[in-house]
Amino acid sequence: MSFLQIDKAVKQFGGLRAVDGVSFAMERGEIVGLLGPNGSGKTTLINLISGALPTTSGAIHLNGQNLTGLRRDRIAREGVARTFQLVRILPSLSLRENVMIPAVFGRKAHWGAEAERIASAALDRVGLAGRAMTAAGDLTYIDQKRLELARALAAEPEVLLLDEWLAGLNPTELRDGVALIGDLKAQGLTILMVEHIIDAVRALCPRVVVMNSGQLIADEATEVALGDPRVIAAYLGEESDA
Amino acid sequence: MIVTTLILGLVLGGTYALLALGLTLQYGIARIMNLAYGELTLIAAFGLVALFQQAGISPLLSLLVLPVLGYGLGWILYQGMMRPLVARSDGTGRLEVDSILATFGLLFLIQGLLLLAFGANFTSISYLDRGVSILGVSVALNRLIAFGICVLSGGALVWALNRTTWGLRMRAVALTPGSAPLVGIDVNRIARQGFAIGTALACVAGASISMYQTFSATGGVIFTMKALVIVIMGGVGNVPGALIAGLALGLLETFVATAIDPGLTLAATFTIFLAVLLWRPQGLFGARS
Amino acid sequence: MMRIILPLAGLVLLALLPLWLSDYGLGLMVGAATYVTLASAWALFSGHTHYVSLATVAFYGIGAYTVAVLNEVLPYPLVLMVAGAMGAGLALIVGLSTLRLKGVYFVIFSFGLAELIRQLITWYEVNVTGTLGRYIFLEITTAGIYWQMLGLGALTLALTAWIHRNRLGLALRVIGDDEAVAAHSGIHLARVKLIAFVLSAVILTLAGAITSPRYVYVEPSIVFNPTVSFLTVIMALLGGANRLCGPMLGAVPLFLLFEWLSAHFPDSYPIFLGLMFIAVVFVLPNGVIAGVETLRHKLREARS
Repeated sequence: MSFLQIDKAVKQFGGLRAVDGVSFAMERGEIVGLLGPNGSGKTTLINLISGALPTTSGAIHLNGQNLTGLRRDRIAREGVARTFQLVRILPSLSLRENVMIPAVFGRKAHWGAEAERIASAALDRVGLAGRAMTAAGDLTYIDQKRLELARALAAEPEVLLLDEWLAGLNPTELRDGVALIGDLKAQGLTILMVEHIIDAVRALCPRVVVMNSGQLIADEATEVALGDPRVIAAYLGEESDA
Repeated sequence: MIVTTLILGLVLGGTYALLALGLTLQYGIARIMNLAYGELTLIAAFGLVALFQQAGISPLLSLLVLPVLGYGLGWILYQGMMRPLVARSDGTGRLEVDSILATFGLLFLIQGLLLLAFGANFTSISYLDRGVSILGVSVALNRLIAFGICVLSGGALVWALNRTTWGLRMRAVALTPGSAPLVGIDVNRIARQGFAIGTALACVAGASISMYQTFSATGGVIFTMKALVIVIMGGVGNVPGALIAGLALGLLETFVATAIDPGLTLAATFTIFLAVLLWRPQGLFGARS
Repeated sequence: MMRIILPLAGLVLLALLPLWLSDYGLGLMVGAATYVTLASAWALFSGHTHYVSLATVAFYGIGAYTVAVLNEVLPYPLVLMVAGAMGAGLALIVGLSTLRLKGVYFVIFSFGLAELIRQLITWYEVNVTGTLGRYIFLEITTAGIYWQMLGLGALTLALTAWIHRNRLGLALRVIGDDEAVAAHSGIHLARVKLIAFVLSAVILTLAGAITSPRYVYVEPSIVFNPTVSFLTVIMALLGGANRLCGPMLGAVPLFLLFEWLSAHFPDSYPIFLGLMFIAVVFVLPNGVIAGVETLRHKLREARS
């Protein structure tokens, strides 16, 4: 069994199959891009892995441990950390407290000086080191995104789920962002990233999985996938048999 | 026996449905949970009685005038009190707590003013209190009038919401306040209208009820609670749902009062209410998630 | 060190007050201590989570009623323990079933719960036991009640201070900001909320039990009066429900003010309560303490 293994995952909302029998696997230390047009079920899949939504059927395993049906906090303690498509910070807490949360309530349950050290290190990593005591509600959008990544890192995760974390950055910030994710990858973190910015995907992910209308339509090397007629058809919105 | 329970229950339920219509509009469209709703109905109830007793104005005339004044009051309340809170919350969850606390304040404020003006005694006028026979069951004429008003205003509202462009705008704001501006809808204006019409309906309900029921300045909370039970049972913002749930609650209360124990009607209402909150918070008929 | 000595000295001073106070003054102190305890206990759960509970009087009333029913059957300390257990049991049941309700649904549920319990007890007393009211005859002086309430209040503040510094407090703050982030960070939402809710409820129940001998005559409409819930909320919010001393700072002046108002202007009492709520929402949305801090901050900036 692979490190992260998704077997025939299904999510049904009433009459809509948002995720329709998706299966793929990732090895430890791998970084994979999750592509697909809007509404193809990428975020729903992230929500299934992180437990934000229960799966209708199918199974998800991390490191041999079955995550299916577990509560969100249990899945978090198994080592799954995520960011949100619409950035979510804790506005009334300081930056340090924001980042401390997963260190304190995560699987290693740090407390006191050790939790603060991990929080400071994570803030340092995303370039927010000097502002640990500011209230998170006062941050700009970009800094909120950084804060969210720092929070995910402070969980010391086994696998990191990024939901369009690079979206909305300007070219300079984008370059920094790509470098930052590249660093995490170099340190051996397993990352599954939903992303629309193809240049970033090319730079970071050797392999991509592509979804369309809830189904997996490609799981291959990035350069192959980007030339794959099915993938192009999905993005251009053509009928797949055209 | 069963026919009696059924008819009396339906007539009572008509009152309840009428009571709930305004609240479901206020919460569904303006997104304000107005906990002072019962006090707004009481304003109209006391207004009708005062106009009748002091100035000799016919309650039926008041029934037409009071809702217009209620619309104005709702307009002012929304613009002066709710709008600043909506603007301040900026789309966050803070509006909910703020509006709860602010309308608590309004609840006590109106209650206090009513106490000062009319005292703490129970009031009633029993206007048009003569029996009319329906299928052999004697029903008071004033209750029948209230039932008719409920059917009329409920029907008109359902028609307007589903058949006019105004109603379409209302429903758009109720469903997705975030994207309504994208198609050129002035959300603030629609919300204000929803709140004002809700207040006008509260006045219709209060004025009709005052013709046959005794009430006091401190009894508004009971009206609010009953209206809330119905709104939640019917699904927030769901006008037909509120009508059906109102009738159902009337039937239930009449049944409990005649078949079990009149002392348990309020307890039955609350039990149903708690049960609906726990098992179907989206309402018995709604599926909005 | 001063952080412990100063509050202790204050507590001793407060405990010595019955030596000098008149009966009337002591009665006021009992009332003030009761509302400090209620507001602080309410804030223990609601202050950070923003779950506005109106069930305060449900627990308070159950405490009072337990004493009314058992005061001639069991020794007093045992009665208190039973009351605490009743409060904890009810809070567990209510908490398990309702803490997933949010916002206005929770508010209304908690209000409905208090009303339901009142209706059921009334019905039971009228139809089964045949008496609506009960008497409490206990050999407890006003000073005795005062000391107990003072102890319970001090305990509540100490407990709150301790919670603010440990994981539970941090978890409650995260839940108040964003439940989704809390869950994805590894916080067991149901457990955290339930622990805080039960702790708060036990204190509220004990407060009702301790103060009940003051009523002598107890019936549902007296001890389940919803005004108690409303007063508790506005006191905690006025001072600042997310601060340790906020509820206390709100409770003491408001209690005295409301006492004065109900003695001199019984009719305009609700008007004033209403204006208080509106004023807090519009002028001091985060409480007096935070308001003063913001003001100080602005003054400092204006000077520099």
